[in-house]
Amino acid sequence: MSVTRALLADGAWTDASVKLGNMVGAVAGFLGILLVIFFVAGRASGRIARPLAVVLFLGPAVLLLIVGLVAPLVRTVYLSFYNDDGTKFLGGKNYGWALTTDSVQHVLLNTLLWLAVAPLAATGLGLLLALLVDRVRGQAVYKSLIFMPMAISLVGASIIFKFVYDARDVSQSQIGLLSQLAISLGWHHPPNWMLSQPLNTFLLMVVMVWVQTGFAMVVLSAAINAIPDEVTEAARLDGAGGVKLFWFVTVPMIRTTLVVVLTTVMITTLKAFDIVRTMTGGNFGTQVLANEMYSQSFVQFNTGRGSALAVILFLGVLPLVAYNIVQLRKERANR
Amino acid sequence: MNETAAAHDAEPDPLAKHVTDTRPAPAPGPVRKAFSNPIASVIVVVVTVLWTIPTLGLLVTSLRPKQDVAETGWWTAFAHPDLGLSNYHTVLFEGGFGVSGGLLPYLVNSLAISIPATVFSLVLAAMAAYALSWVRFRGSDVIFFVIFALQVVPLQMALIPLLQLFSGGAHLGTVTIIPAFDLSGTYAPVWLAHTMFAMPLAIFLLHNFISQLPRDLMEAAIVDGASHFKIFRSIVLPLCTPALASFAIFEFLWVWNDLLVALTFAGGTPEVAPMTVRLAQLSGSFGGRWELLTAGAFLSIIIPLIVFFSLQRYFVRGLLAGSVKG
Repeated sequence: MSVTRALLADGAWTDASVKLGNMVGAVAGFLGILLVIFFVAGRASGRIARPLAVVLFLGPAVLLLIVGLVAPLVRTVYLSFYNDDGTKFLGGKNYGWALTTDSVQHVLLNTLLWLAVAPLAATGLGLLLALLVDRVRGQAVYKSLIFMPMAISLVGASIIFKFVYDARDVSQSQIGLLSQLAISLGWHHPPNWMLSQPLNTFLLMVVMVWVQTGFAMVVLSAAINAIPDEVTEAARLDGAGGVKLFWFVTVPMIRTTLVVVLTTVMITTLKAFDIVRTMTGGNFGTQVLANEMYSQSFVQFNTGRGSALAVILFLGVLPLVAYNIVQLRKERANR
Repeated sequence: MNETAAAHDAEPDPLAKHVTDTRPAPAPGPVRKAFSNPIASVIVVVVTVLWTIPTLGLLVTSLRPKQDVAETGWWTAFAHPDLGLSNYHTVLFEGGFGVSGGLLPYLVNSLAISIPATVFSLVLAAMAAYALSWVRFRGSDVIFFVIFALQVVPLQMALIPLLQLFSGGAHLGTVTIIPAFDLSGTYAPVWLAHTMFAMPLAIFLLHNFISQLPRDLMEAAIVDGASHFKIFRSIVLPLCTPALASFAIFEFLWVWNDLLVALTFAGGTPEVAPMTVRLAQLSGSFGGRWELLTAGAFLSIIIPLIVFFSLQRYFVRGLLAGSVKG
């Protein structure tokens, strides 16, 4: 037994060192080629020096962008009007399927629910914490711990919460924290969380809120700290305090940041498929648009339908990102 | 002053300082004073505990023996501690999921995907950003704006055509524009895809930084006869280290944590698939073996956590700057 163990481990390490060697080779090769190109091109002088520099500096990035984003963007729109092998023009049939099929309507509805609840919850909680956390001793520790989930992959976060939501028959002792908590609070027969609709969708949203609240808190806390003291002092002298001060001074002063945070979390929510995929696989009525798009495209190979769903997702994200980017640019111009 | 936009500034921005600041809290402003009571502390402490417990549960479970994990809740381990690393050995080398082979190959794949993808995108984006800010030519503003605008394209829009391209090449009618490369079973498609998707954000962020470098310095170098290639290597790169570090950390973690790109371009084989892909598979099919699943999950989050706690300042900056990515 221990011999096979050692052999297994041995083989795994050999394999690992080969892979890591290849990785180092690839990076070194890439940098080496660049250095050679730089060296040779750096010798060029006269009229070709400038155009050569433009082509060599900008060329690779532009090529990657055209092949990796621009052309696929056009092609996905094209594919969304065709059948699955791209041979027959279907007009708007794929979109019609997406908007009229019951199961897909349910998916779109779920997605809207996610959009309405998760970003607001994360931003609201983040705002509350941002107001409170700097009042507390040892704030750095609290901030770090609340922000920490942001470093974890959504797959990791999903497994963490899948374990929290683990449910067993009441005759056995529970190993999931939520079930145990429900039982000790006097709920004798808590449900199997992941199977009970529509509760399960909200429990999946908790994962997103868990991840995003720290982000909202850190950004909003910085915005609140940036409010000039004179503004709040003046408001106080005028008799504003507590809730009034919050609604009529703090919130208006950080409104832009608040909206940027909200839209940023909305974008993440709209595009995230990891949580649903890892925790329920889209079953039990929890499917969302991003995961449905993946399943249609790469599990069922319905390329046309998958493309149509991707376009719908794009149209949903577009105004949010555009708004975000415009806001950021405006802020930059004002500085 | 906007925090998200400030992420690539040379000077320490309030945001990063805020998270890493260990000095006592500054005198509270009036807004905060309004909430100044013990309730504030209670709420913050309760939320922090709630936020930490799930991860703690994962860690504790991964250290407990199989039998204990299957029969009792992880919180009972504090009364009868019986912790060890054997689950990690099993999950890394033996598998234990009813399939041969452990998670070690996937862990290695995660590294072998993340590091090159980060280096490639960082270097190519820095080069492009330099050209767009200091080797200006007719149309460079237009190119910059188009790249900037490409940030709105979600990954999902590119996946199907890109996968078709990697497997079948590109054709216009009967003319082959790009031949089909047989890249399956290698990291190349994943590296390429990540590098492509990183470009708009990376170029945008690095451009903001590189274009702010002192004009005098650049002009002096040109007067001295330095080529653009020399300027880039010996002036731009060294001066941009903070911005490059922030973006590198962000991009490394983004790639490490990514599931969508890896699932599409790497498939599920131990040759190329990273941890996230494998864990998503295992979570679906072997959900009952919690002692192994938790150990696997903890292995996949330990590197991001180390990066987070040791490089918090760069991490927060990079993360906030990149929060709209993808």
